Amino acid sequence: MLRIAGLHAWYGDSHVLQGIDLDVRAGEIVCLIGRNGAGKTTTLRSIMGLLRRTQGSVVFDGGELLTRPAHHRFARGLGYVPEERRIVPGLTVRENLRIGLLASPARRREAAAMARIAAIFPRLVERLGQVAVTMSGGEQQMLAIARAMISEPKMILLDEPSEGIMPVLVDEMFDLFRRMKRLGTTILLVEQNVELALGIADRAYILDQGRIVHHATAAALLADAAVQERYCSV
Amino acid sequence: MSGLTPDLLAMQAFTGLALGAVYVLLATGMSLIFGMLTVVNFAHGAFYMLGAYLGLAVLGLTGNFWLALLLAPLAVAALGMLAERTLIRRLYGRGIDYPLLLTFGLAYIIVELVRIVFGTQDLPFDTPDALTGAADIGIGFFPLYRLFVIGVTALVLLALWLFLERTPYGLIVRVGARDPEIVRILGIDIARVWLVVFGIGTGIAGLAGLLAAPLQGASPEMGNSILAEAFVVTVVGGMGSLLGAVAAGLLVGVVVSLTALVAPEMAQVAIFALMAVVLLLRPQGFFGRAGLMS
Ligand SMILES: Nc1ncnc2c1ncn2[C@@H]1O[C@H](COP(=O)(O)OP(=O)(O)OP(=O)(O)O)[C@@H](O)[C@H]1O
Ligand SMILES: [Mg+2]
Repeated sequence: MLRIAGLHAWYGDSHVLQGIDLDVRAGEIVCLIGRNGAGKTTTLRSIMGLLRRTQGSVVFDGGELLTRPAHHRFARGLGYVPEERRIVPGLTVRENLRIGLLASPARRREAAAMARIAAIFPRLVERLGQVAVTMSGGEQQMLAIARAMISEPKMILLDEPSEGIMPVLVDEMFDLFRRMKRLGTTILLVEQNVELALGIADRAYILDQGRIVHHATAAALLADAAVQERYCSV
Repeated sequence: MSGLTPDLLAMQAFTGLALGAVYVLLATGMSLIFGMLTVVNFAHGAFYMLGAYLGLAVLGLTGNFWLALLLAPLAVAALGMLAERTLIRRLYGRGIDYPLLLTFGLAYIIVELVRIVFGTQDLPFDTPDALTGAADIGIGFFPLYRLFVIGVTALVLLALWLFLERTPYGLIVRVGARDPEIVRILGIDIARVWLVVFGIGTGIAGLAGLLAAPLQGASPEMGNSILAEAFVVTVVGGMGSLLGAVAAGLLVGVVVSLTALVAPEMAQVAIFALMAVVLLLRPQGFFGRAGLMS
């Protein structure tokens, strides 16, 4: 579904990603882990076409992405929930959800799309009229995920969804990821919460200083204390 | 000061509203463009002037004011979009001063081109027959054409408000002004939104120039002085705030008009004094977000 080969990325002159190779097959949850500053966010932003300077190849669903403008990915069925969530201030929960539909053919069936989202995110239903940024951090994260899911993408990139969120909500969120997988959504998950993430993932890649340094099934990695100790302890 | 009856003051204030309407149209476009693109459009006065001249051209060809009212703003919008696509777009993301200098230069070029094509002298612009004369508005007779200017402005503002608040395209514009990146992530070509917004802003400037022409004629320099005034209105209202542009535009129009009654030579000074006072008390303007320029 997603095949990254020899991906390099720069911020100005600093060469941040130094040749990433990574595969995600349809229906998988793949986890990308690594210390702070390893380049996880940069990898996702490169896939999404949000960096000025990148090189290499990112093929999604048979088509090369890297040469295309950023907005092109949405129509191909690739969704993204950025690390900072990016809930739009001043808008209600409903309006924030609606933005996720604006470029989608499902725009004309907004009621059906909203109903489907309501079934997956019951907490948001009661809040549709509320100004979104007045909700708790966890609820805003749920909204950010719902906004990316409302157009029914084939695959979604999630950047540290559990960051700064109460443990109860984190469990609920990871249950949600399992359900999303069952419904057929492919997931590339960036997480610091390694144990929880490996608990739902099929495979994992470890990123360190802009390179993939390890790659294994989630079960193998969970059992491998040495590797975890070496690359994931903060 | 014995001649200053309440009715006279009220009439003069009403005259100020017509003047203010022109400011409002200009400042609305400037504010929309700034709020969305972070471009301080110093060519806005030139597009305003183009509205008057292209209106004259349509009038000369067809003799129909209403056709000019429709076509001139559309043509100015098209030229604005051409400028955005070919010139201004290259400077996005490079800081606020690059597009400012570019549009500053663009204004000179447009003015010079108009001088070459239409000549340097002022040209008269006849008030359409249907709008000559005056109407009784309760406190006295008021020129019909000025009422028309106020009415058209109100209609344009209503249409703009409905567009921004009630349509999906308006939602894209509102979100794009705050977070262009999330708009791209969610599948929208933000470059196209910028293009359209620049077209709307300059088109409204063209409309303002056309509406102003019957009041003062057309001259290549007509956009220069009003650019400064519209800029004051935009700053006083708060950069990027449409509501601010409306409130400040009407206020400045009325202040200029009333100052002109008691001390005509002070009318221009009054505008800048008003700006100084507002900015001392409220640096971000009436409705501006603090820190927008930093
Ligand atoms: N906008 C930027 N400009 C310059 N350097 C940047 C920028 N963003 C990130 N970097 C640098 O790039 C490297 C990788 O950053 P990135 O944000 O991808 O790491 P990360 O793995 O997501 O870290 P975290 O766990 O803290 O989110 C870091 O050294 C960081 O300092
Ligand atoms: Mg990160």
